[in-house]
Amino acid sequence: MKRRTALGLIALTPAAAAGLFGCTPDEVDGDPNTSLVVGATAEVAMLDPVINTAAAIPQALLYNCYETLVKLDAENTIQPLLATSWDISDDRRTYTFHLDDRATFAAGDRPVTAEDVVWSIERGRADGHPSLKAELAPIETVTASDEHTVTIELKQPSNLWLLSMTGASGIVYDSDAGVDFADSVAGSGPYEVTSWAPGADLVLTRRSSPWGETPFFTDVTFRYFATPNPENAAMLAGQLDILSSVQAPQALPQFEDPDRFTIIEGTTQGEVVMGFNNAGILADKRLRQAIRHAVNHQALLDTVWAGHGELIGSMVPSTDPWYEDLTGLYPFDQEKARALIAEAGYDGTPLRMRLPILPYATAAGQFVASQLRDVGLEVAVDELEFPARWLDVVMGQFDYDISIVSHVEPRDLVKFANPDYYWRYDNKDVQRLVAEADAGTEEEMVAKFRQAARIVAEDAACDFLFVLPNLVVTTPDIRGVAQDVTTLSFDLTTLSREA
Amino acid sequence: MTVVVAVAKRAAIFVVSLWVASVLVFLACSALPGDVAQVILGIGADPASVDRLRTEFGLDRPLIIRYGEWVGGLLTGDLGDSYLTRRPIGPDLAPRIGVTVSLVVCSMILAMVMALLFGMHAALRRRHLDGFLTSAGSQIGLAVPAFWAGILLVVVFAVGLRWFPAGGHVPLSRDPLGWAHHMVLPVVSLTIVQSAVLTRYVRSAFIEVLADDHIRTARAIGWRQFPALMRHGLRNVAVQVVTVLGLQLASLLVGAIVIEQVFALQGLGTRLLDAVAQRDLLVVQGIVMLLVLAVLVINFLVDLAYLAIDPRLRTPGGTR
Repeated sequence: MKRRTALGLIALTPAAAAGLFGCTPDEVDGDPNTSLVVGATAEVAMLDPVINTAAAIPQALLYNCYETLVKLDAENTIQPLLATSWDISDDRRTYTFHLDDRATFAAGDRPVTAEDVVWSIERGRADGHPSLKAELAPIETVTASDEHTVTIELKQPSNLWLLSMTGASGIVYDSDAGVDFADSVAGSGPYEVTSWAPGADLVLTRRSSPWGETPFFTDVTFRYFATPNPENAAMLAGQLDILSSVQAPQALPQFEDPDRFTIIEGTTQGEVVMGFNNAGILADKRLRQAIRHAVNHQALLDTVWAGHGELIGSMVPSTDPWYEDLTGLYPFDQEKARALIAEAGYDGTPLRMRLPILPYATAAGQFVASQLRDVGLEVAVDELEFPARWLDVVMGQFDYDISIVSHVEPRDLVKFANPDYYWRYDNKDVQRLVAEADAGTEEEMVAKFRQAARIVAEDAACDFLFVLPNLVVTTPDIRGVAQDVTTLSFDLTTLSREA
Repeated sequence: MTVVVAVAKRAAIFVVSLWVASVLVFLACSALPGDVAQVILGIGADPASVDRLRTEFGLDRPLIIRYGEWVGGLLTGDLGDSYLTRRPIGPDLAPRIGVTVSLVVCSMILAMVMALLFGMHAALRRRHLDGFLTSAGSQIGLAVPAFWAGILLVVVFAVGLRWFPAGGHVPLSRDPLGWAHHMVLPVVSLTIVQSAVLTRYVRSAFIEVLADDHIRTARAIGWRQFPALMRHGLRNVAVQVVTVLGLQLASLLVGAIVIEQVFALQGLGTRLLDAVAQRDLLVVQGIVMLLVLAVLVINFLVDLAYLAIDPRLRTPGGTR
């Protein structure tokens, strides 16, 4: 088994490499060279990924403390982790995983066995968060065939299930640990949690003898900041080695000094979607198409997010294998938009644009509203507290015509196959294609998802504004930070510090 | 006897206030739009699983039953479990109380010391330029918002000079020096406004006392001004200052919520804001009740302090 080294090694200027950044971060007890302090937003409220799906938990723990049978690499392909290989039956319903016999848990270097896998999956099925249970729902039975072989029988073939097993659903827990996973960690990864001050920081320490490759850093502290400004200030003040995500690109110029900072820019899985209520006024396809033509997407990206991020034409970030450039489908064309609006017989009823109060959403909303008014659409904008009130009004009551929010879950194209979802988009072809993609071979999955994404885009089911950029700031001596976000993990195993 | 009655009366007011607060807090939280089940399931949720989770949490039961359950828990010291983490709220809040309390107590003490020094100076030297400047300085301090002071201090002392960290907290028990190092900037930013407010009150209280007959008498029999004030004035000033102090402590708790945000301190305020956003209502109710309790305890102590400071209040028919 081989751990993949992530992309994103950033070339350095000689001046930066000269080590002028003498500001060692505070709060680190060990050797400053092999200690790392990572700034992160959204604190860890508890440590159990089965019960709480907050992104902060897998960010710190997945692949670092906890390992899965299979892992998603930086190129979005499935790689072995605890399982060295797996066989799929001809009907694609039976998966046989062969565990790496070298794999051990941190506690007492006990071998990872098939029983642990069964125990972990059963725990998720019994006590898991509803979304975790949904990911595990395709499983019919899970059995330990022998000490190092696990057989999983599915109710129906599912590619999405295997992909979800690269995340929290697929974590293998130490069934013998006897700890409360809510405040303790017992996994097989190269790091252990040695200190946790809820809300403040989480300290990981490298195991004395990791079973796989030994990562560079011995101690890693995740420090949590509820708001971006203190986090930026801490990075500027030299308290952090890595700022794991810059919340708004407007903050980037502070970090432009290459002697002190390196900026890494890639993409995330977060599509900023301008959602349409397909069951309201916008049930008329011509109006939806008019809106897509009326928005100058490049100007929007430049204005709202300082040009950082990527334009997309459908619900697929460019890192997905089924990505296809569809940005040319609806070019900025105000005349065409006006013609479509006239053809639809639009009577001047205002479109209710209800935005969550999030930096990108409110800014993009104002921009879009003014462009829609330019082509003769009436827009009534209001802003709703996020998450609670927005979820209640838009997702719970469907009381909106247009909204803007980023969808950060991987492979969320499948949401267009659910007519009860807040877009209320009901297209039988898309539903069929998504089902076939899930059930088919890997090649079929890629082909069908690509077809579905094209239909969604042509149909103007929603407008797709841009993909949020992944903006990471490090001190210039840090190596191995992944450029693109493909999983929820902030993978520490690939990181190092240049002497 | 009078003292006992007075204390008992105050205690009864204390209990009734607490009960009224619990009803108001509970009703206000129940009236908030949006619910925790939806927040937990997030953007990917379908309506059926939201309903299932709401039932699982018992949020579909009548208000009165949920109120009874909550207050019953409070009486036994149990704040309940967080909906989001499914963990008991009490142990989750304990370390955060430490953060907020150290912030508030340090600021209060520092503000008190500064106010006494500057207030007395401004009162005694009120007809001189230096006294006038002290007084003017406190006016300016009043006008400075704490969060703005905090941001300025970070820019100058953390990002520029790098004397102090830009934020974060180290528990006192883990590393006292680190704790103090991290507390300097937040405490100073909170103290600026508080000391300015208190300085104004101390100044006017001293000016009033200076004109009193007993001070004039003391001066007449040969006491110098400063010792006379210390011996005969301070106690009279104390009654007024303690009143203001009680009120200011409540505003300090509120100010701490803002300062916690500026300095990324994981105190009660930060937790409260998170919990409100996530509609983790039991956490919101728990923290607000703690704050109410703190304010009531402070007021209770202030009332007791009057009795200690002013002997006239301890006798029947005594007035202040």
